[in-house]
Amino acid sequence: MNCTICGLPALDLRRLGAKLREGANLMVGQPDYDVYVAHRQTRHADQPIMTREEFFLERQASRFGEGGRRALRCC
Amino acid sequence: MPVSATPSPNRPVSLALWAAITSLGVFALFTLASARGESVNALWLVTAAVCVYLIGYRFYSRFIAERVLRLDASRRTPAHRRNDGLDYVPTDRYVLFGHHFAAIAGAGPLVGPVLAAQMGYLPATLWLLAGVVFAGAVQDLVVLFISTRRDGRSLGDLIKTEMGAVPGVIAMFGILTIMVILLAVLALVVVKALADSPWGAFTVIATLPIAVLMGVYGRYIRPGRIGELSAIGFVLLIVSIVLGRNVAETPALAALFTFKGETLAFMLIGYGFLSSMLPVWLLLAPRDYLATFLKIGTIVSLALGVLFVMPALQMPAVSRFVDGSGPVFSGSLFPFLFITIACGAVSGFHSLVASGTTPKMIADESQIRFIGYGAMLMESFVAIMALIAAGVLEPGVYFAMNSAPAVIGATPEQAAQTISSWGFAIAPEALTQIAAQVGEKTVLSRTGGAPTLAVGMAKILSNAIGGSAAMAFWYHFAILFEALFILTTIDAGTRVARFMIQDLLGTFAPALRRTRSWSVHLAATALAATGWGYFLYQGVIDPLGGINTLWPLFGIANQMLAAIALTLCTVVLFRMKREAFALVTLAPTLWLAVCTLTAGAEKLFHANPKIGFLAHAARFQEATGKGQILAPAKTMGEMQRVVFNDYVDAALSAVFIALVVSMLIYGAIAIRAALRAETVTTKEVGDELHDLRVARA
Repeated sequence: MNCTICGLPALDLRRLGAKLREGANLMVGQPDYDVYVAHRQTRHADQPIMTREEFFLERQASRFGEGGRRALRCC
Repeated sequence: MPVSATPSPNRPVSLALWAAITSLGVFALFTLASARGESVNALWLVTAAVCVYLIGYRFYSRFIAERVLRLDASRRTPAHRRNDGLDYVPTDRYVLFGHHFAAIAGAGPLVGPVLAAQMGYLPATLWLLAGVVFAGAVQDLVVLFISTRRDGRSLGDLIKTEMGAVPGVIAMFGILTIMVILLAVLALVVVKALADSPWGAFTVIATLPIAVLMGVYGRYIRPGRIGELSAIGFVLLIVSIVLGRNVAETPALAALFTFKGETLAFMLIGYGFLSSMLPVWLLLAPRDYLATFLKIGTIVSLALGVLFVMPALQMPAVSRFVDGSGPVFSGSLFPFLFITIACGAVSGFHSLVASGTTPKMIADESQIRFIGYGAMLMESFVAIMALIAAGVLEPGVYFAMNSAPAVIGATPEQAAQTISSWGFAIAPEALTQIAAQVGEKTVLSRTGGAPTLAVGMAKILSNAIGGSAAMAFWYHFAILFEALFILTTIDAGTRVARFMIQDLLGTFAPALRRTRSWSVHLAATALAATGWGYFLYQGVIDPLGGINTLWPLFGIANQMLAAIALTLCTVVLFRMKREAFALVTLAPTLWLAVCTLTAGAEKLFHANPKIGFLAHAARFQEATGKGQILAPAKTMGEMQRVVFNDYVDAALSAVFIALVVSMLIYGAIAIRAALRAETVTTKEVGDELHDLRVARA
């Protein structure tokens, strides 16, 4: 059900909470782990999948590490 | 299928709604502009801004998205085509909006408007609103579009492929200089806020062990629990703010944490060098979490505070300093207002973010409008908040905080007398009282914007929570929040500058680029840290406060980068054969070119030594010739150093001018070639399936 004026979906608190959490994580460079797992399972089922911890450390290193310009922040 | 908002089922209602928003906006702007003598409520400023943003988003950004760029929702984005679950991930647009906003909004939109408030709130407001709608948000939107159509490649790469190798190298060099100046000026903001402030220095130093603790927790104890470790860090931060008061009130401890500007400058340079060599999980990443969440939280609470408290603006709409004689920064309204406020109106730096992580996560091209244009409007709103925070201070307090000792003297009595003589009546007691309220010995000459913003925020937030007893807490909370993310920027920025130096040198000596050699690593880091450190130190010892010199250089650099990015956008429009709409990006390009070139030329050649570097150098050289010593120099050696620094700054201004002019020339060449070509020449990375479908149809 979408709002007739702004076209946004009506408020769903649980979904909002999940989105806020996902947004907060992505703000500091951590994409969604479940999405990653789902992607690996469907597209690269034969290859190993990082654990949640490995995934966290890999993303952290890539945000700031070698060649990493992802933490570039403006003024 | 071209993007289009769902057709309104109720056209007359929609029409009436937009008519109402337009009239409200016009009325709010009129109220702001016609205030003479009496104070205006800050809510009018908020109202005017929100109405302008709504109209700009609904009409102008839609025009750009549908007619100019023709965003195509059926075209597969890099997030789908190259999905790897890591960098390239189709992401919910609201989540991505948050990511993009967090990446573009830093200290810039908080500092620039505070400095620009010396001309009154009206010029700053008008530039913020017009700038964001017609330049800043356009740049962010179009760069995000260009990068998304090219696998999320970086600005330097995009310029190389669309304009040629030489402009590519020129742009990379421009990006490096802006990085260096940005780090220097941000570090200077921290130095100015923490000098002679044991409370502030203690809390900021306390963030180091707190971050390390968080880092160890997040690596070994509970890996990856960002929420938990941020909560722990946040509680410890609050504790350190509370303890800071005791430190400041205990003479022995206070002495330990009282630093002079010069000492702080060297501490920061050392910090930047060392921390950028540490593993990222130990210090940088955990502090980045704190800084990011604290930033979002503070911005939201400031917005709520303004809505709840509804403070009145004490600053006049237009002050006498539009003539360029102001103490905060020198130079007249044109071009220096447009240089002083970069972030919030138009910020070249965003073109790096819009060609960084965000384009790799766009799920659907039609969302580029919401994320690119929308997030920039949000940043502009942050700048409006900062302007309000500065505007709610009594002008006398504002000028006391933002003028150098060389201008207003070192005691409250001298300062009050000088500032009252400018027409902003203030009593010395008022200045000592506000210092006592925020828990500092003095607020005089706390230049750099951050302390002013902190006092303004403390005034607003303490009105909402805690009353005047809580002012000192809120002040130090605000200082800590700014210092925290500036330190994160210094750390991350020094790393980025090192990569850039290696990349740039790598174009000439490829061995230097992707090396794991420690000596290259060390040398490039040292080069980066001394680069910004040099300008920082020069700023710290500057008698006019340093911000006076450095902020305009930063503004010119940032606007120069925006001019470069917008030149790319214009070239791409011509190569796409959309030249009918070229003015959308060409007009802001030319405006920024005019601003940066005028400002650069004035910084070089202006006869007033307060503005022109060469005139300043000449004055000192002449005095040296006569054997005189001018303040701040105390010896002949220092006199020579002042002259040398002037020449460095002058050379930098000349480099900025050369960069802008050469990019404009390369842009013109590329446009000519595009006009001669009979077909579309742009180099998009295609969605082959899509192209096939289009060809068949």
